[in-house]
Amino acid sequence: MIQKQRGGGDARALDSATTPPDGRPMAEQPKWRRDFPIDWAQDEYVSRRELVKFMVLTSAAFTAGQFWILFESVFRRPAAAAPGVAIATVDELPIGGAKTFTYPEGSTPRLLVRTGAASFVAYDQQCTHLLCPVVPAVELGRLHCPCHNGWFDLETGRPVAGPPQRPLPRVLLDVRGGSVFATGVEESTT
Amino acid sequence: MPVPATLEFFIDPGRCIGCQACIQACTECDSHKGQSMIQLDYVDRAHSTQTVPVVCMHCDSPTCAEVCPADAIKRTEDGVVQTARKPRCIAYSNCVLACPFGVPKMQTRMNLMMKCDMCYDRTSVGLKPWCASVCPSQALAFGTREEMARLRPQATPVNTFQFGAQTIRTRVNMMVPREAAVEVVDVTAAMHEPTIGHAILDDVFAEDPDGGDL
Repeated sequence: MIQKQRGGGDARALDSATTPPDGRPMAEQPKWRRDFPIDWAQDEYVSRRELVKFMVLTSAAFTAGQFWILFESVFRRPAAAAPGVAIATVDELPIGGAKTFTYPEGSTPRLLVRTGAASFVAYDQQCTHLLCPVVPAVELGRLHCPCHNGWFDLETGRPVAGPPQRPLPRVLLDVRGGSVFATGVEESTT
Repeated sequence: MPVPATLEFFIDPGRCIGCQACIQACTECDSHKGQSMIQLDYVDRAHSTQTVPVVCMHCDSPTCAEVCPADAIKRTEDGVVQTARKPRCIAYSNCVLACPFGVPKMQTRMNLMMKCDMCYDRTSVGLKPWCASVCPSQALAFGTREEMARLRPQATPVNTFQFGAQTIRTRVNMMVPREAAVEVVDVTAAMHEPTIGHAILDDVFAEDPDGGDL
């Protein structure tokens, strides 16, 4: 910092440098002493060049970020659909019954709920508030998070009461041949 | 704006009459938040009315700043050591313990070390610090060296202090008798001398000069 100042900084500030206790010049002092100068001017010192450099680089980073977002929104291809995975048989669950599964393999637990004779819904089990597992309250048509009394609509996964603001990620299902297949995950932030 | 280098602070304890005007005036300084940063020390209270005003000496190598673990004490280019910077001060009190002159004081209500900053808002625009402007006997004086030489022909300013092996040069001057012809105020040298009018020695290991048991 001090070396930098010597280049084009305020020479007067340097001349009045505080004397180190051993009296040797500042150039011979340990690095920590140069890093933590007692002199106000050196402590506060930001050269015009450093400020401009910081401003330009920060602005450039923001601009590049904007272009990256634009690129992503125009050119990003939807992720290849994961192959359907059988997660349950229709007979396995009674109406109103539920089970957890993972899809794709290694995911966070998902919750499959049978809401009717041939209707199933599946959501991520983590509450979108603070990741507590939600439990089905089928008779109310809702999913309940007991941690902070959050409620989600069973049909859509949208938050209806309590702290959660975002809907539960929905697992897309396909019921065929007496089995329930998970075919994709629909993330939504609204 | 820095304090002009020609303007210096002069302390002459021999002129102090203990009126405490400096203490009151110090609280008036805009940058002192109503706190007084001057202490008036009694030299030997039982036997003498002599007092000594203690203000910051503004060392060239400020020990308070050297020991600050939070890097909060800074010295401006004119040599004035400023009060700890509020965003940094962690009220660790290292400076309070380390200062050889005993100047910094911890304001526990604010968790901030505050010390004499030579009334920076005044001296940086060429005014006298509050204490020096109110001192009736000019024990605390602020002005040029030439002024002091003219007004006090029998005294001379000294700004080097010796504390054992540590030599401290300060921006503030102590007035000493001109005939003494000293260049250094040896502070610790007097510690082994018996205090005036006391039968008790400061140095408990020293022999009693009267020869009796202490």
